[in-house]
Amino acid sequence: MLNYIIKRLLALIPILIGVAVIVFLIVHLIPGDPAQTMLGERATDAQLERLRESMGLNDPLYIQFWRYVKDLLHGDLGRSIMSNNPVISELKIRFPATLELSFFAMIFSVFVGVPAGIFAAINQNSWFDNLSMMVALIGVSMPIFWLGLMFIWLFAVELGWFPPSSRISVETVLNPVTNLYVVDSILNGNFTALIDVLHHLFLPAVALGTIPMAIIARMTRSSMLEVLRQDFIRTAYAKGLKRKAVIFKHALKNALVPIITVVGLQFGVLLGGAVMTETIFSWPGLGKYLVDAIYARDFPIVQGGILFFAGVFVFVNLIVDLSYATVDPRIQYE
Amino acid sequence: MAGKNNKKIKQKKIMQKNTNPWLEAFRRLIKSRIGVAGLTVIFLLLLVAVFAPVLAPYDPLKTNIMARYKAPSSEHLLGTDGMGRDILSRIIFGSRISLQVGLISVSLALIFGVGFGLVAGFYGGKVDMIIMRLMDIMLAFPSILLAIAIVAILGPQLKNAMLAIGIINIPRFARIIRSSVLSIKESEYISAARALGAGDMRILFKHILPNAMAPLIVQTTLSIATAILEAAALSFLGLGAQPPSPEWGAMLSDARSSLQKAPWVATFPGLAIIFGVLGFNLLGDGLRDALDPKMKNV
Repeated sequence: MLNYIIKRLLALIPILIGVAVIVFLIVHLIPGDPAQTMLGERATDAQLERLRESMGLNDPLYIQFWRYVKDLLHGDLGRSIMSNNPVISELKIRFPATLELSFFAMIFSVFVGVPAGIFAAINQNSWFDNLSMMVALIGVSMPIFWLGLMFIWLFAVELGWFPPSSRISVETVLNPVTNLYVVDSILNGNFTALIDVLHHLFLPAVALGTIPMAIIARMTRSSMLEVLRQDFIRTAYAKGLKRKAVIFKHALKNALVPIITVVGLQFGVLLGGAVMTETIFSWPGLGKYLVDAIYARDFPIVQGGILFFAGVFVFVNLIVDLSYATVDPRIQYE
Repeated sequence: MAGKNNKKIKQKKIMQKNTNPWLEAFRRLIKSRIGVAGLTVIFLLLLVAVFAPVLAPYDPLKTNIMARYKAPSSEHLLGTDGMGRDILSRIIFGSRISLQVGLISVSLALIFGVGFGLVAGFYGGKVDMIIMRLMDIMLAFPSILLAIAIVAILGPQLKNAMLAIGIINIPRFARIIRSSVLSIKESEYISAARALGAGDMRILFKHILPNAMAPLIVQTTLSIATAILEAAALSFLGLGAQPPSPEWGAMLSDARSSLQKAPWVATFPGLAIIFGVLGFNLLGDGLRDALDPKMKNV
């Protein structure tokens, strides 16, 4: 197992280098003068020159790349054009908001999607099966931003059940520790804040989690159906085991690998979806910040944000790969 | 005697007919409910796109300040937006843009993805390693983020959004084709073709590609669905189609500020997106069942 982990980590190196090269090239592939694009038409020659100098755009490409890699290894992603703060600290402030939103969206999608898929599979061709698969099919065909808009309209504007935007009410006081507000409110022992934070989190998390939920439900159903047809399930029934035991102890355990794969893959969908969901719900996370940076042509932030998202995505995929052995001991790592 | 011969020929023809796998698959497709549902939706969508000027009751770009935010009525079936434009007419013309985006971007991904996959799988070795590592690197980005990055570089325009969506879909096609090629190239009929003196190109395009078509067709259909969604997402963020274009995602972007006042402005373009995407997803599922009967009901 340890050998496998080391092997997988080594295999990540060329991928991460490739990701870094692509992110580095973002600025250099801008048609025309990147400095002009970033500062706009009204920028003076002096301002342009200052930006070129500070970003090192006047140096040959290989020197720029070498400096970029060196800085990257020191955790330096440059400075934001908008705020002049280091990119890494801007990303660090906003990442917890995205992490919290994605985490709760994932919880929702797994805790609804997996049971729905199992129930649909064991009742194949029942009305529940047909209905849930129809809902799942519509779910995968739905634009996440439209679902968010409809949620805001129905649950925030019309019914007034949930707030339409932001992470916390203005009047709620919370001392940030981790910037994960749910954790912070527990650490603060402030349960009024906890309720307020969860109240704000509910709508965006459900909106973000709905599409992964639909995909997870479809995958769980098909994976369960495949396992339920196998001989060992018939044997389990034949030896007198109860239905519950057969389904949860025998079938589900064997159906888990594809389910875990798809849950892992959904994390990428969640990160992408976070960009849309955060924009709609004015959620102050990394996704919204990235979109704002694109509008403002703040390319150091765009580069840093995309690198950060890709890094998280690669890391999650690695964890998913490694988790297979725990779920299915038949998988041998060499 | 001649009659007997004719009968034999007829029988042979029937047998040929029955054994043609594509015809069999098509029969299975039109027998399946989801396949037919998908085909119907796509046919309707095509019809609307082709006859848009005839079907649309108003000019999709014509503004009318006197008719701002009119609720759905007999005059404007789906209401009007903040500029007084008829939403139904805009949705009808928007179908042209969505279909165009789906077809062009997926064609781009198909051409390059198939090319890379064929070369990587067929030649193997270093070429395979370089191409597939490049694909892995592209897959290391969440796809919509890579598309956002590409549009951020090239500038917010519909054609750049199509290009971006095409690029992010290349690795999916390359992987599918490569895995098919790897299994097909070991077949005896490939060795036979080579023994008969067939060149690489002939083997690739005459023998390998036709046998790798089934998963490719399914992936193409499903990719059109995601391409439409991705284009709508980019336009929604202001990175794809620009105003006053009646692109469905861009229409939703306009609707954000008027949710309270005029929820229909946001509702109908979203339903149009679901309708179109659902059509391609249904067809994709139907095709998968039809082309790979083992997967049916699973």
